[in-house]
Amino acid sequence: MLFTSIEFVGFLILVVALYYLVPRKIQWPLLLVFSYIFYYIADPRYLLFILVTTLSTYGISIVMENINNASKEYLAAHKAELSKEEKKAYKAGVKAKKWKWLLICLFLNIGILSVTKYTNFVINNINSFLNDTSKLQLVDMIVPMGISFYTFQTMGYIIDVYRGKQEAQRNPFKLALFVSFFPQLVQGPISRYGDLAPSLFAEHKFEEKTFTFGLYRLLWGYFKKVVIADRMLSAVTTLVQQPEVYSGTYVFVAMLFYAFELYCDFTGGIDITIGIAEMMGIKLAENFNLPYFSKNIKEYWNRWHITMGTWFTDYIFYPISVCGPMLKISKWSRNHLGEVIGKRVPVYLSSFVVWLTTGIWHGAAWNFIVWGLMNFVVIMISQELEPLYAKFHKRFSVKGKPLYEGFQIIRTILLMSAIRMFDCYRDVPLTFQMVGSMFTKCNPGIFTDGSLMQIGLTASDYIVLFIGLIIVLTVSILKVKVGSVREVLFAKPAFVYYAVMAVMFLVIMVFGAYGVGYDSSQFIYNQF
Amino acid sequence: MKNKRITAVFLVLILTLGSLYVLQRLLVPKYQTGIVEGSMVEEYYKDESDHEVLFIGDCEVYENFSTITLWEKYGITSYIRGSAQQLTWQSYYLLEDALKYETPKVVVFNVLALKYNEPQNEAYNRMSIDGMKWFMSKINNIKASMTEEENFIDYVFPLLRYHSRWSELTGDDFKHLFSKNLVTHNGYYMRVDSKAQSEFPDPRPLADYTLGEKAMGYMQKMVNLCKEKGIKIILIKAPTEYPHWYDEWDAQVVEFAKNNNVEYINYIPLQDEIGLDMSVDTYDAGLHLNTSGAEKMADYFGAYLKANYDLTDYRDNEKYVAIWQEKVDFYNAMKAQQYDELETYGELVSFGANAIED
Repeated sequence: MLFTSIEFVGFLILVVALYYLVPRKIQWPLLLVFSYIFYYIADPRYLLFILVTTLSTYGISIVMENINNASKEYLAAHKAELSKEEKKAYKAGVKAKKWKWLLICLFLNIGILSVTKYTNFVINNINSFLNDTSKLQLVDMIVPMGISFYTFQTMGYIIDVYRGKQEAQRNPFKLALFVSFFPQLVQGPISRYGDLAPSLFAEHKFEEKTFTFGLYRLLWGYFKKVVIADRMLSAVTTLVQQPEVYSGTYVFVAMLFYAFELYCDFTGGIDITIGIAEMMGIKLAENFNLPYFSKNIKEYWNRWHITMGTWFTDYIFYPISVCGPMLKISKWSRNHLGEVIGKRVPVYLSSFVVWLTTGIWHGAAWNFIVWGLMNFVVIMISQELEPLYAKFHKRFSVKGKPLYEGFQIIRTILLMSAIRMFDCYRDVPLTFQMVGSMFTKCNPGIFTDGSLMQIGLTASDYIVLFIGLIIVLTVSILKVKVGSVREVLFAKPAFVYYAVMAVMFLVIMVFGAYGVGYDSSQFIYNQF
Repeated sequence: MKNKRITAVFLVLILTLGSLYVLQRLLVPKYQTGIVEGSMVEEYYKDESDHEVLFIGDCEVYENFSTITLWEKYGITSYIRGSAQQLTWQSYYLLEDALKYETPKVVVFNVLALKYNEPQNEAYNRMSIDGMKWFMSKINNIKASMTEEENFIDYVFPLLRYHSRWSELTGDDFKHLFSKNLVTHNGYYMRVDSKAQSEFPDPRPLADYTLGEKAMGYMQKMVNLCKEKGIKIILIKAPTEYPHWYDEWDAQVVEFAKNNNVEYINYIPLQDEIGLDMSVDTYDAGLHLNTSGAEKMADYFGAYLKANYDLTDYRDNEKYVAIWQEKVDFYNAMKAQQYDELETYGELVSFGANAIED
């Protein structure tokens, strides 16, 4: 059931209506039932996977918490008898026990994720490595919807329980809802239990402001998704699927189109998700903070897919940075390579692992792995060039000047968009070749000779896209200037507040690229 | 304060619903010029008089029988409930729908559509179904007709289907926002131009000549419905030869008619007897008859109906004469306009493909 399908709209109306009609005590159980129905409709087989993840995480989190509690009791009971060393040894033993359970949980669930998503990727690479002397058969594997998202969310929870940062949820149904909450199941955001649980399980009474703010967010998401992203889809598909025809300046056009398509698709999808939750008083983590206003790549990654970035930082980057082997490498490199290089080695190695896994998480293809590593390379280079930038800024006093900031923003968009072309073309060499052709095969005549009318967009489509993107830009600037645009609207007379909402709805209805004649488009991030 | 907000919500809600209604009216195709076939089904409800003969079928009825000739020559009141590529189940549901309003003495069903056993084409579905009034017949028609790409909800809210027409709106869409002109003559689609029949391609052999179960099943339902209501049903195959009507198909319809004790007439071999000259009586090289051909066909068929069925000659009835005189005038005016255009431009400019607005 696509978020953009009429069936989903019907499903949503039913869920939200029932949510406020049923006794408040059964609001969250109702969401659990409908989340499972949502998943069942997608494919009944998916339920098995999400159940295994939920039950294994539930069981192991309880075991770990029992170990925690027992150890606390033991230590409290034997406080006077135990020496410092004995206490330390006891704690180490307890940690080792919990570690074993954590490993079981991680192996099982990351294992499911890896097997379902990456088996055929591995088989393809083995076949390719063996030069097709041995031909392993590909496996007909189902990839459960949203498995990357719910696995990461659940693993974050179990690691927090292991670290003692999070109490285990003793109600298996509540944990099941945390894992399967239907709006975020499709493409995130990757929530932390501690952030989501309070509002997810709270009782909510209908409040005009909360409900309509959610509705506004939902409509804004649909506007970006169906009016802009889905309209651009046909052009991007045409341009990237026929690289022999569309090279040179066409690649530049494809790059920009894809940048805006992905932005509107992904942020639109997240707006829909957050909007649905908000309509029911549930607060989900923000996943974007105007990423296309970033002035460098590091900032961009702090603003784009925020919940994924912080997940990788908390659960991969930091643990690797401070793990035993890394501390040894750090010590060794400081001793042998000097302080300057030595202190960078652990950071770079940890970053490398983070970006490698980020690439792999995005998809079972070399394109994504290279995409991840390209990000790593660019971030490291820009970090190394920071002193040079500082000198430049000091010498020319450009820092903070609007024109220079504009240049920085455009540079970041272009650089990120170029790297993102690995999403588009069928393999890595072709991507390099096509991106290279932007510089070697310049054909700017396509902007004036009508060629851009032959790529699946009509003149009226271009007008809608132009106006649509101007609206997105204006709202983004307003957000920077006034904070919450919805608060500003809410302060206006009620008629204005609701009339703007109605206009948004009508615009989506008329100008949306949906229905017969349009490819019904899955959200791009569904596949990750 | 709270009351003010509630009032604002209701006001905006009413305005939104009103806007949706107007937008929907604006964006749905009007079928007033060029492709007018989409108006045919809807037009039936505007005709308040009853009919003794009801034709049901595809273009082989609405282009091949002049209802006005049937009136002028025999005083027969008739209507054609047909639309482009109207499938057998669509004919059944249109018949069921029509019988809510009247009970004709004779129903005539053209059998060409039996060749289709599955939903075919969304555009034709919409032309055949959109104009129906909302009763169970329409709901069942939609269910039986939808192709895989279609959704039921798109029929309920046509805006969902036609929203993207905003960039194709023409003067017609605004002009006919709330009212439509008649485009047919009791369902008959007039074309006076002429293009001689040419050679048709040889019919290709089929792997299986069996007419589909679904199509035959709906024809059976049509027969049953007519019998139930005491209506005589005549199965016909119009005299046009293309698309090819296989002998094997014909034999199955003959068998069906015999088993159901109904009449079946294949008019293809009777072209000469009817007086059709396919070098002048067709406007599109033999696929459909033009007005000259349709009048000959109606004359021949009218005589047959008169001789074999107990039909009333309403030409003595003032009420009917008044109603039908208007129709005759409209028919003659359109005919004169079409002949005038032919003479002036050498082709029709306000009708058919030439009239499609950019």
